[in-house]
Amino acid sequence: MSDAVMPIDGGVPEVASALPTQTIYRHAIVVRATHWINVICLTFLLLSGLQIFNAHPMLYWGQYGADADPPFVSLGAVYAPDHSLRGVTKVGPIKFTSTGLFGVSHNEIRGYPSWLTLPASRDLATGRRWHFFMAWIFVLNGLIYLVSSAINGHFRRDLVPTKAQLRPRHIWQNIIDHARLKHPVGEDAKTYNVLQKLAYLGVILLMTLMVLTGLTMSPGVDAFAPGLMWVFGGRQSARTIHWICANLIVLFVLVHIIEVFIAGVANEIGSMITGRYTYRTGEGH
Amino acid sequence: MTDAALSRRGMIVAGTALGGLLLSGCDRLSQAPQALKFIDKAEGVTLGVQRLVLSGQPLAKEFKVSDISPTFKPNGTFTPSDPAYLAMEQNGFTDWRLAVGGLVNRPLSLSLDQLKALPNRTQITRHDCVEGWSAIAQWTGPQLGGLLHAAGLQPHARYVVFHCADNLGGPGDGGKYYESIDLFDAFHPQTILAHTMNNQPLAVPHGAPIRLRVERQLGYKQAKYVMAIEVTDRLNHIGGGHGGFWEDRGYEWYAGI
Repeated sequence: MSDAVMPIDGGVPEVASALPTQTIYRHAIVVRATHWINVICLTFLLLSGLQIFNAHPMLYWGQYGADADPPFVSLGAVYAPDHSLRGVTKVGPIKFTSTGLFGVSHNEIRGYPSWLTLPASRDLATGRRWHFFMAWIFVLNGLIYLVSSAINGHFRRDLVPTKAQLRPRHIWQNIIDHARLKHPVGEDAKTYNVLQKLAYLGVILLMTLMVLTGLTMSPGVDAFAPGLMWVFGGRQSARTIHWICANLIVLFVLVHIIEVFIAGVANEIGSMITGRYTYRTGEGH
Repeated sequence: MTDAALSRRGMIVAGTALGGLLLSGCDRLSQAPQALKFIDKAEGVTLGVQRLVLSGQPLAKEFKVSDISPTFKPNGTFTPSDPAYLAMEQNGFTDWRLAVGGLVNRPLSLSLDQLKALPNRTQITRHDCVEGWSAIAQWTGPQLGGLLHAAGLQPHARYVVFHCADNLGGPGDGGKYYESIDLFDAFHPQTILAHTMNNQPLAVPHGAPIRLRVERQLGYKQAKYVMAIEVTDRLNHIGGGHGGFWEDRGYEWYAGI
């Protein structure tokens, strides 16, 4: 319990942050350990993945796809009328100039810029070695998380939304609360809210899809499990879905980090290290 | 309040600094020899696991004629510069001979017609480049396994090395293209020496007169312009010692992923 300054005679509290708080044990050791290992894996996988992407910065749908086939996504380069290089990004029907970021950066033809690839220089061989090394750790780490969460009830208890939470009115209220940066207090603060639960379940699904589409790109795995090609519509479709999922995971991470800052960075990061999470027990007035 | 704001600002500053440090450190680490030596162990794990799941020797998916790519992108060498090769190409490879030697009991020397007279296999398969693109084509050629049986392997035989006519890495022996596979892949039913592509004689950009098809691995394993096949017990005495042209340049020897 904190040394809360209670209002006297209906007055306002002297210090707004000094509200009654309570500390609970929120994150189990498996969740915390796998979370931070995942942070390292995803960082390396993303940066080395963009290095691999740069070897052929085009994406297709179907079983095959190369230079002569129409791409769904391309981070390309063209010569402008003044003979300078111009980066042109194409995603489906959308096409825009992206010089400096995609297609052309530092006057060099390359899909993603050097600060987004690992290694920074063009080096597909090293990018692949990092990608597949980290992929193994990512898969093992993910399996530990999934199996332990299924056994110890983390999914059922913490992540699956309750019936009440899934009512449209509740979800809508939750969206409004998020938009107003209003954070739950009391009993509600001890559990994940419905948007949080759906986001966490969603990113678990995305990471599973990452592994499966990654495996579908392997000619060895395709001989063992041809069903994967049927599920994703071919190796080139799998490569495209792999890229889409990577983008969505980056989007999740950005929102996740913003929410951590909004909710209180020290408490949030601290709780993912020590497991102890402090929440306000009431509004204070 | 002030303390909280301070600590928040401190966290942002520290986080950004740490992030910057990590990114620049990441890049240096990513090419450090010790780090690369360590992460190379992943290749052995991938090989071990794929060999386990592929122990029943399943076939790579074979496609329909309608699935064949309208264009098949050639890659690497488009025309070997070797005068001896160009002379053979002028003659329609009539004086070309495939040498099969090394750890075999009966070294072979086979003409293109002799290869075509052997039992041939035709398969429509997907070619996956390490760069990420794919193309589908129909390939016809004798199975490598049959050739190796005819030559008779010696007990120490472990690898099959393919010596090629092209110098992708520039003039001299160091620039010569070569590849290698082990006996597990060499005796796979779909491992063939393709002389025909999409019902046409294999064109020069695709590796005339023959190229290897080892369907459960990436494009750089599909050696083009094969001149000689050498059966060996180890790879460290050939080329740069890593089992292939691209392997000597940092790529994995096992290209099943």
